[in-house]
Amino acid sequence: MEKLLSIIFIYILVDNFVLQRFFGICPFVGVSRKMETAVGMSMAVVFVMTLATLATWLVYTYVLTPLELQYLQIVAFILIIASLVQLVETVLRKISPTLYQGLGIFLPLITTNCAVLAVALLAVQEEFTLVEAVVFGIAAAIGFSLALLIMAGIRERLEFAKIPRPLQGTAITLITAGILSLAFMGFKGMLSL
Amino acid sequence: MNNIYLRDIFRGIVTDNPTFRLVLGMCPVLAITTFVINGLGMGVATAAVLICSNVVISSLRRFIPEQVRIPCFIVIIASFVTIIEMLLKAFQPNLYEALGVFIPLIVVNCIILGRAEAFASKQPVLRSLFDGIGIGLGFTIALLIISTLREVIGSGTILAETAAVTQLFGPNFEPMRLFALPPGAFILLGLLLGGMNFIFKRLNVK
Repeated sequence: MEKLLSIIFIYILVDNFVLQRFFGICPFVGVSRKMETAVGMSMAVVFVMTLATLATWLVYTYVLTPLELQYLQIVAFILIIASLVQLVETVLRKISPTLYQGLGIFLPLITTNCAVLAVALLAVQEEFTLVEAVVFGIAAAIGFSLALLIMAGIRERLEFAKIPRPLQGTAITLITAGILSLAFMGFKGMLSL
Repeated sequence: MNNIYLRDIFRGIVTDNPTFRLVLGMCPVLAITTFVINGLGMGVATAAVLICSNVVISSLRRFIPEQVRIPCFIVIIASFVTIIEMLLKAFQPNLYEALGVFIPLIVVNCIILGRAEAFASKQPVLRSLFDGIGIGLGFTIALLIISTLREVIGSGTILAETAAVTQLFGPNFEPMRLFALPPGAFILLGLLLGGMNFIFKRLNVK
């Protein structure tokens, strides 16, 4: 239990996936322009990342390890994630059209979100148990969402700020992310696994 | 510059530079550029995967069905990444340790899938090869620029593991540690992008 709690705390605040570990920078810069899209993307990421960690962990432990095919993990994981995203998309469209309307356009983007593959790879590398791996997936996704939502809030304000023309767009977003990352460094060293 | 292949290379390095112009594949650019040697290793590894996948995808472009092309591209890219990972593990264990999880993450580097989708799946093999070389070089050069700045400012060294001179500015120099840490990476890249925007704007006006 203690380990689970520290995993949650570490991957949301101390080792934030976006601001400290640099996973998922592309969607972080790409969809943080509006609060609405940021919320949609966050929910989609939490959903897919949790499922992806579960699926890849099971496949790694019960298929790849007994067959001694660990060297295929990159190919296997990316295929699992891609088909999982496709599956979620199809199921959502059938079961909950309203939720699909909200998340639909973000789902294909998640396949190339490196945070999802990173969670799957790190869960195996850190030798987490199944429960720890899933909690790790959820915590990492919440950490990603937290950073994305804060950034979206800041960027909505930035719309009205006077920014030198060459810095507009991605440049100012990255500099803001740097300051945000500096703030998150305050948590550094508070906890470790 | 009349040669079409030379133009492909030039385009990849300057006008379509993946980091500074297209702003793609930012995760490794920010994460592993603390030391020049890591930046160089990452650039070469990514370029190798990009060149191989471009050539293979381009030569298979008539056989890959339109509907399942993305999964096909991903499997081809993932296979080359696995090969590169094994080679690095065998011959460059230090680099393998330093780059860590970012080697398998080359699979989801948007640059590679982007080039497969936008270029290699439509163009002949030879042009795809040169496009891969150009974009790969552009990415490596960008990584070298950022990692040099971060290592010199943030650690006060250059090529710390290999060079004889370890402290560039003498023993009493206090490096600006911020640039070796995550916030410095974001801020430095933001400023560089702004600088590039400024320069390109000026060049276009002329």
